[in-house]
Amino acid sequence: MSAASDVGHHAQRQARWHYGEIAFWLIVLACGFAFPTRYLIMTDILRLALFTMSLDLILGYAGIVSLGHAAFFGVGAYAAGLLALHGIVKEPVLALIVAGLAAMVLGFATSFLVIRGVDLTRLMVTLGIALLLEALAERFSNITGGTDGLQGIEMQPIFGEIPFDMFGKAGFFYSLAVLFLLFLFARRVVHSPFGLSLRAIKNNPLRAAAIGIPVNRRLIAIYTLAAFYAGVAGALFTQTTAIASLDVFAFERSADLMLVLVIGGTGYLYGGLVGAVIFRMLQEVFSTITPQYWQFWIGLVLVVIVLIGRQRLHRWVLYVPNLIIKQIAGRKAVVAVPESEA
Amino acid sequence: MTIALETQNLEKQFGGLRVTRDLSLKIEQGARHALIGPNGAGKTTVINQLTGVLKPNSGRILLEGQDITDLPVHKRVLRGLSRTFQINQLYPDLTPLETIGLAVSERLGHGGDWWRRMGTRSDVNGEIADLLSRFHLLDVMNEQTVTLPYGKQRLLEIAVAIAAKPRVLLLDEPAAGVPESERHDILAVVGSLPRDVTVLLIEHDMDLVFSFADRISVLVSGALLTEGPPEQVARDPQVKAVYLGEEAVNV
Repeated sequence: MSAASDVGHHAQRQARWHYGEIAFWLIVLACGFAFPTRYLIMTDILRLALFTMSLDLILGYAGIVSLGHAAFFGVGAYAAGLLALHGIVKEPVLALIVAGLAAMVLGFATSFLVIRGVDLTRLMVTLGIALLLEALAERFSNITGGTDGLQGIEMQPIFGEIPFDMFGKAGFFYSLAVLFLLFLFARRVVHSPFGLSLRAIKNNPLRAAAIGIPVNRRLIAIYTLAAFYAGVAGALFTQTTAIASLDVFAFERSADLMLVLVIGGTGYLYGGLVGAVIFRMLQEVFSTITPQYWQFWIGLVLVVIVLIGRQRLHRWVLYVPNLIIKQIAGRKAVVAVPESEA
Repeated sequence: MTIALETQNLEKQFGGLRVTRDLSLKIEQGARHALIGPNGAGKTTVINQLTGVLKPNSGRILLEGQDITDLPVHKRVLRGLSRTFQINQLYPDLTPLETIGLAVSERLGHGGDWWRRMGTRSDVNGEIADLLSRFHLLDVMNEQTVTLPYGKQRLLEIAVAIAAKPRVLLLDEPAAGVPESERHDILAVVGSLPRDVTVLLIEHDMDLVFSFADRISVLVSGALLTEGPPEQVARDPQVKAVYLGEEAVNV
């Protein structure tokens, strides 16, 4: 192999599909058939996963912290609600895209505020924008329904063929399809030179500019794209629950999102997916044991994760499986710690 | 003679402190020009203004005759002005392969590609392979930069600057902090830069300066003290006075 093709081979190392990834998606798909009574919670997890993936794009890859990501979720949610309620765009998939674009426009407009300044400024600006939108949604109750939210949303069948059923089956597979397609797109983007340049900017903006990367333009681009993702997640929320209320903008939603991403791990796309599953599971388990104090236990888990470090946790969890693989197949561990965590 | 890089009456103040005083430099095309001066003379401040990290209070900077005073950092790079940093500025989480690959991609205008995967352009791959082997980084190309020994990181720092294919290269103390055993690699790399690349070297190490430079400017307290060929600068009594007690000047 020549040096150049060798380089090409190694450069694409991370972009290649691993068996673990294929297995992951097959398991997710299998869940849709294995637990027909749990569609609602599973749909909820998928939405959260998509929403978290959006935060991962800006935080995990580009290093933009946000405490107001619910702003885009909320705009997507209300946009989808209004489109369906007034029959402007009846077909759900089309409405989903339009709602995502609405959030994207907001993302583009506010990106100019966010890319300025340091982490603290960004936290405050993003938080402020979300609060602002929440207040606006409350003020213009003639459009948004105010504290009552949008009521009486009736969803049309997907592609005019598949109706949303009361068990949430259609909603689940619809959400899964949207999540998977957007995941494929994000996966492609993060392994492109553009995606690599984001990681470079996160690592060292000074050097990034010194090799000719237009830092601000790249940050605006990814922030806008992430806003689209969050908007689509919000629209999915409205479409699968048929409600949109003020809490789509709530600060808790943005803050929870950060927890989910930290639990799942940043900068490898699966963090959002894994984090969403673990977060909702923990919520279920803890709220069954102690309905009042489940947040205490979530907090404890978070502190443990941050203190011990995810890398070590991964190693502990994967110790036995990797040992078995090594013994049986006599080769290196299949599942490795994502590089950005090392 | 053509002037590759020029400053005209450059002036920079931090509060009341004048760190660059009326500095006018001319660096000829293909030159091996060294900028020396005692600690705190403002050498790095000059570099930061040349590359656009800092904005001068007044004065102009010309790259190949064109005013670049108001251009942002990344645009100067695309115009052919590239630099290394005195303290390594690398991407700790990225590998040398990714670091170089990104620099090459940006120069060739593929940096904004968001659909095509890294590693699928053969022209980019060829250049990456060439740079990695020239800078002795092939064997560590998949290691995270943060785990590399300092000497390798230093080589990567220079390789990234070269990957931008500069016509003017600013080297800010390239051998700083490199252990004696790895010094040779750095010096060899610096010495073998193509002649059509104009080099401005900022350096403390007088052996390196006098073996490398064909012209030397001496900066003291932000102002130009003297300028000339190495022999002349070495004999200059003012320069000797400045360096007396700090470093002996040997030719």
